[in-house]
Amino acid sequence: MTDQEPRPRPRLGVFKFASCDGCQLTLLDCEDELLPLADEVEIRHFLEASGAVAPGPYDLSLVEGSITTPEDARRIRQVRADSRHLVTIGACATAGGVQALRNFADVEEFTRTVYATPEYISTLATSTPVSAHVPVDFELRGCPIDRGQLLEVVTAYLSGRRPDIPDHSVCFACKRRGTVCVTVAHGTPCLGPVTHAGCGAICPAFGRGCYGCFGPARSTNLPAYIPVLRRDGMDERDVTRFLRTYNAAAFEEPSVRESRP
Amino acid sequence: MTDSPGTERAVLDRDGLGALVRELRARGHTVVGPTVRDGAVVLDEIDSADRLPFGWGVEHEAGRYRLRPREDGAAFAHSAGPQSWKAYLHPQRLREWTADREADGRITVRAEEPARVSYAFLGVQPCDLRAIAVQDRVLGGGAYTDEGYRGRRARAFLVVAECTEPGATCFCVSMGTGPGAPGDAAYDLALTEVVDDGGHRFLVRAGSPAGAEVLAALPRRPADGATAEAAREAVADAATRMGRTMPGTDLHALMAGTLEADRWDDVASRCLTCGNCTMVCPTCFCTSTEDVGDLTGDHAERWRRWESCFDLDFSHLPGGPVRSSGRSRYRQWLTHKLGTWHDQFGSSGCVGCGRCIVWCPVGIDITEEAAALDREWSARTLPPTAPAEPGDARGRSPGRTGP
Ligand code: SF4
Ligand code: SF4
Ligand code: SF4
Ligand code: SF4
Repeated sequence: MTDQEPRPRPRLGVFKFASCDGCQLTLLDCEDELLPLADEVEIRHFLEASGAVAPGPYDLSLVEGSITTPEDARRIRQVRADSRHLVTIGACATAGGVQALRNFADVEEFTRTVYATPEYISTLATSTPVSAHVPVDFELRGCPIDRGQLLEVVTAYLSGRRPDIPDHSVCFACKRRGTVCVTVAHGTPCLGPVTHAGCGAICPAFGRGCYGCFGPARSTNLPAYIPVLRRDGMDERDVTRFLRTYNAAAFEEPSVRESRP
Repeated sequence: MTDSPGTERAVLDRDGLGALVRELRARGHTVVGPTVRDGAVVLDEIDSADRLPFGWGVEHEAGRYRLRPREDGAAFAHSAGPQSWKAYLHPQRLREWTADREADGRITVRAEEPARVSYAFLGVQPCDLRAIAVQDRVLGGGAYTDEGYRGRRARAFLVVAECTEPGATCFCVSMGTGPGAPGDAAYDLALTEVVDDGGHRFLVRAGSPAGAEVLAALPRRPADGATAEAAREAVADAATRMGRTMPGTDLHALMAGTLEADRWDDVASRCLTCGNCTMVCPTCFCTSTEDVGDLTGDHAERWRRWESCFDLDFSHLPGGPVRSSGRSRYRQWLTHKLGTWHDQFGSSGCVGCGRCIVWCPVGIDITEEAAALDREWSARTLPPTAPAEPGDARGRSPGRTGP
């Protein structure tokens, strides 16, 4: 077993759909880990980092962004076909993103109002997560994603194990961190009890309620929580706006999702 | 050393309390006590008694906590803060071992040496003293001893503050855990705060040789009759002001007999499965393991972190979570606290501190749930109603709590 050719490194692709690039930036932001990562994987497609692209297949593809155009819908199928593992990163790719606000409105009316020549605009009526179009191996949440969680997912795929990404509520992290609950002690509206952990419960640690950047936790009971938001001063419109931010469409789904195995 | 534990009673004034903190620090203890932060009385390392929450009281309700100033300047007139001492004795995240692949390919595993910190806890309320005793049985003894816990616990110096100001969510009396420091409990010093015309002072007694030694080093005066009587009255009076009561029924039998009660559906419709109750509960001890590796695959670490039975992953088996419904998870929490804990550890898992009531965002109340189950159970089982149906849950094994 000596003088072998270096073992082939797993091939990584990073792809962008409708998004702000923030999640890809999180990968670039990995600083200390970025060079070791470049040693361990062959980065074949990552336009945010380099214009040099190499064709698939890819062992691991990280997909940012939601599907908002017919062209997106075609291209994501191609990415899927080229990828052994497809991991979506961020609220856009896993839940449609803030641009899923269009799902509650009339997109044609928008294009007529905004563009001088709306005929040139080819867009879908909805912004949908990647999983609505192709099978996804893992969904990493957040707006933006958490650096540590991204490294965990990449490391897990490289070593062939399941990523350790808990899907319980933000409250778990908030309590472990020793933060005083802003809902109970201050009456500040906080989406933590219904939001997926992952950020480390940053906002409550600074006295703010959770904004729900990571979308719904795997087990939630949103209807039971609305009265608390109302008690803490939100009217019906406030509640709707609170829920329709980075994961605009996701909190609106039937909220008791726990029967899923 | 002339004092035998438990006999000498002395009186400290506020300066004496300051001297206590200095003495404990001088003996190498990391002193942890209550202090005010972010609108709550939290626990933190303190370097002086000045950090104690003098003049702060607390208003509690289910799902609600507010600080309020107290005119009397008392330091220990608060309860059910957002943390408990388990944050120190049973930390939320700990590394257990690390493993490295050496250059020759061999793998070396190193167990983590627990840090040798020696805490002094200042102001342990009697319910929390009982909670520590409960965790001692779970983690510090029996078949599965956590050596790290045992070490932290053995080195810890406990200063009890008897409770004179129970909250609206407290029910230690019905759990038999307060408001006074029980004679048979293990502690080093016990204080009772007295604020009246005679001044702001603390009646103190030693509960261990180490406690007697510390007490002997403090500026103090012998206990006078008036202070002793005022302290006794304050604690006796606290016992009459419990905001909540646990039903007097046999809770162990109640939990075993109501596994199919309708009340579980009712509470599940209100419960967010957010896990706050288990995190704040001073006796909940569950953890899960977390394996982390680096990108090269040459270095791995095992950590453990607090886990909760409200997490779907808690009961995850190859086919998915065993307790997938919120109903089955709330039932696991309640039946473990009040029922199966007796089978496992010979006591209740609830000490009546009220934290799970206060810090539940939707204010679910363990005493109210137990009372509702009790009503449903009595209605089903009391004569002269129809004889027990075949589907009646009474008499089923309490061990099975899966859905
Ligand atoms: S502050 Fe928000 S996230 Fe933290 S425990 Fe309270 S409700 Fe949960
Ligand atoms: S179950 Fe609730 S009241 Fe009982 S010890 Fe735990 S937190 Fe305190
Ligand atoms: S109630 Fe749940 S989290 Fe607490 S000790 Fe029991 S199983 Fe563990
Ligand atoms: S009882 Fe309350 S604190 Fe516990 S999981 Fe349910 S909603 Fe959260």
